[in-house]
Amino acid sequence: MSILLKGGRVVDPSRNLDGVKDILIEEGKIAAIADSMDDTTGETRVVHLEGKVVLPGLVDMHTHLREPGYEYKETIRSGSEAAAAGGFTSIACMPNTDPVNDSRAVTEYIVKRAGECNLVHVYPVAAISLRSEGRTLAEFGDLKEAGAVAFSDDGKPVVDSGLMRRALEYASSLGLVIIPHCEDLSLSAGGLMNEGRISTELGLPGIPTLAEEVMIARDLLLAEYTGAALHISHVSSAGSVRMIRNAKARGIPVTAETAPHYFTLTDEALRDFDPSFKVNPPLRSPLDRKAIREGLRDGTLDVIATDHAPHAATDKEVEFEYAASGISGLETALALSLRLVDDGLLTLSELVRKMSTNPAKILNIPGGALLPGADADITVFDPDRSWIVDPLSWRSKGKNSPFFGWTLKGKVLMTLVKGRVVYSED
Amino acid sequence: MKWERKDLLGIKDLSGEEISLILDTAESFLEVSTRDIKKVPTLRGKTIINFFVEASTRTRTSFEIAGKRLSADTINISASTSSLVKGETLADTARNLEAMNPDVIVIRHSCAGAPHMLARLVRQSIINAGDGAHEHPTQALLDMMTIRSRKGTLSGLNVTIVGDIAHSRVARSNIYGLNKMGAHLTVAGPATMMPRDIRELGVKVSFRLEEALQDADVVMMLRIQTEREQRSVFPSLREYSAFYCLNGDNIQRARPDVLVMHPGPVNRGVEISPEIADGANSVILEQVTNGVAVRMALLYLLTGAIE
Amino acid sequence: MQKKLVMDAAEIDRSLTRIAYEILEKNKGVTDLVLVGIRTGGVFLAERLQKKIFDIEGVKVPSCILDITMYRDDLLSAHRKPRIMKTEIPFSLDKKKAILVDDVLFTGRTIRAAMDALIDFGRPQSIQLAVLIDRGHRELPIRADFVGANLPSFLWEEISVNLIEKNGRDEVVVEDSN
Repeated sequence: MSILLKGGRVVDPSRNLDGVKDILIEEGKIAAIADSMDDTTGETRVVHLEGKVVLPGLVDMHTHLREPGYEYKETIRSGSEAAAAGGFTSIACMPNTDPVNDSRAVTEYIVKRAGECNLVHVYPVAAISLRSEGRTLAEFGDLKEAGAVAFSDDGKPVVDSGLMRRALEYASSLGLVIIPHCEDLSLSAGGLMNEGRISTELGLPGIPTLAEEVMIARDLLLAEYTGAALHISHVSSAGSVRMIRNAKARGIPVTAETAPHYFTLTDEALRDFDPSFKVNPPLRSPLDRKAIREGLRDGTLDVIATDHAPHAATDKEVEFEYAASGISGLETALALSLRLVDDGLLTLSELVRKMSTNPAKILNIPGGALLPGADADITVFDPDRSWIVDPLSWRSKGKNSPFFGWTLKGKVLMTLVKGRVVYSED
Repeated sequence: MKWERKDLLGIKDLSGEEISLILDTAESFLEVSTRDIKKVPTLRGKTIINFFVEASTRTRTSFEIAGKRLSADTINISASTSSLVKGETLADTARNLEAMNPDVIVIRHSCAGAPHMLARLVRQSIINAGDGAHEHPTQALLDMMTIRSRKGTLSGLNVTIVGDIAHSRVARSNIYGLNKMGAHLTVAGPATMMPRDIRELGVKVSFRLEEALQDADVVMMLRIQTEREQRSVFPSLREYSAFYCLNGDNIQRARPDVLVMHPGPVNRGVEISPEIADGANSVILEQVTNGVAVRMALLYLLTGAIE
Repeated sequence: MQKKLVMDAAEIDRSLTRIAYEILEKNKGVTDLVLVGIRTGGVFLAERLQKKIFDIEGVKVPSCILDITMYRDDLLSAHRKPRIMKTEIPFSLDKKKAILVDDVLFTGRTIRAAMDALIDFGRPQSIQLAVLIDRGHRELPIRADFVGANLPSFLWEEISVNLIEKNGRDEVVVEDSN
């Protein structure tokens, strides 16, 4: 059955499109985009979207689906449902599962499970090193053939600089990007939150911004030397933004992402020792948040990714020190990011670029644009609708949100993958 | 002055007026401990649980004596390891404690913020008896009581705190409290023991003990945790005591009537020389006595609002 | 609100003089006598009695201060609790004749608490009670040994003993608190 999306504001940064258009979807593909179309056959489902916004499906290049191994936190199905509810049509899942996704078997398992769920596109990110132990390179070529779209030891840094160099070189020969987790463990050891005035007040061991920046500096040098593509994940500090900005200016092939919590929250939120604010890298100072926002504005930060890190209640209902790090982010990412548009920091088109076009381009996967003939991966949201964040009603198993009870504006109404409605409000 | 608090989680939350009320009340309770019959019926029928998830004989004993002198029933629950190790979350433990219907839960925990979590989960009054490197409010209150009773005031005094400020909950609580009461604070120790941005808490920082002791009215020596050595906070105990031990020579820089304080237990010869620890300026044992009175005062204040 | 003067300064002074004589008469002098002023109303009255007795006998009998808050029987039920003030009994009460001094005797509960407190400080030979006003409405089997004035009252009335040391003038007033 064909669908006609009628009267919505269509935003596609890939072709500088921002205006009221109708989109006709036939056989899972975008058949036409035009100023005005009408159903002549009587067999088309017409969806009236006056006042609503239509986007190329959102792409989250940094998600943790927890399966295999930690199905009590999230599964490929629950994570895919959460993604659809959050307006994402494609997600890339990190390899820190159990077993670690360092082999064709695990990659194929993820692809197969995602296919069975048949909700959103799931793209595995495979490990850089076996078991993400930082010693032996994983079989990049085999992993790519099995479906891996990038490599990362997310959660752990590649300490060995020689190995990191080889990883960059090898991945570049396959045309894939390396996504490092930048953290110098000797500087962050024992740390639980950003090091600064607040950690000093609270007596919690600090994680200095330095721990992130030292590693980013090294990886930028390696990217410059090898010429290999590098994508810096979860950038949290002003120093990191500054270094990445300089590196880009010098032509180093680097891209970078941040997550909504880094441009929304600061370490001051930790004053109540609430573990839902515990995340790694940690929430930083107001100055860092300001720099992150500036980095988004000036294009230093190419991507907003969720770093969706679902946890079970028992992982968080413990002492701050013992609580798991991470924020369940798929179902709040769009609304939190729309605040950047409200604040005048980004245009809606620029935001969509960071949440759809750019991540698709960096991972070299389909999507990120609304093109006739392409798969109809489309997100529709109501820009004026306010809603209260209630994780207990979420699709994700991870209810660990620091935004519990917040009122956010901008609600996803409909998510289509290959022309099929995979999420619909009400 | 009204007292409406259910919990005492830290000095940082208190106003100067509230601190004064606690100290005044503690001074009233001090006399009970000097009687032949050291017991008053004030908290008859109340139950206090001392929930200690970190070894501590002194603080636990002090709370226990305080509760008993007020005729409350005090129960000690000690756990040598965290609840997590037993497969039980702190939230589970909290609900279990709550189900026993105590009136006050005194908690000592190696993790900063554990008392705050408990306070969010249960309806009973929570007293923080020390949480990680965060706060040790009753210690700071007994320190302030000792200083105030000796000096008549806290305002305008030069107070020097020496030692591992970064890892000291005693230092934090005293910094918060003494700042509110108008004292001038200096912290001293090697830079590795100074937490980041410590000056923003309203203290002067000195890396030299001699300099920090100049004109001090009060000097608080913190206990050195010898295991910190392994984390390279300082090169060796020998080197630390060579530069930061309070002794008969360097104390001359302080005011003649300087009060020498220590939260105990003292590493004699490491942070403080024996002749100073036992000398005329030392009020270390007075601190212990006042500790019972401060804890009695808090147990009284937290079991009902004060008009 | 209606305010009625029931005792003026001269009447208060005459009552205290009489009470001083009665104390000395009943106890056959000052031997082993100790005055215990109950906070807050009894403290200044105990000091005045101490002075009166000195004027009569030339002996300063010991006087001390008792705060009975720790012994109140309504602490557990009271929504709001009073502040705890200092008790200052700098000597032993063993074998002493303790004269409790308070301004107004009402339900008797304060005196019950005071007796419990005193006994915790030792074993007095006897405890006697001196009050300026007895307004009735006892809830416990307690009576005063020395009374300045009996003042039958309604429960809703408020009786205030003002003293120079406390609020600038000596007077006892009754207010209708309805």
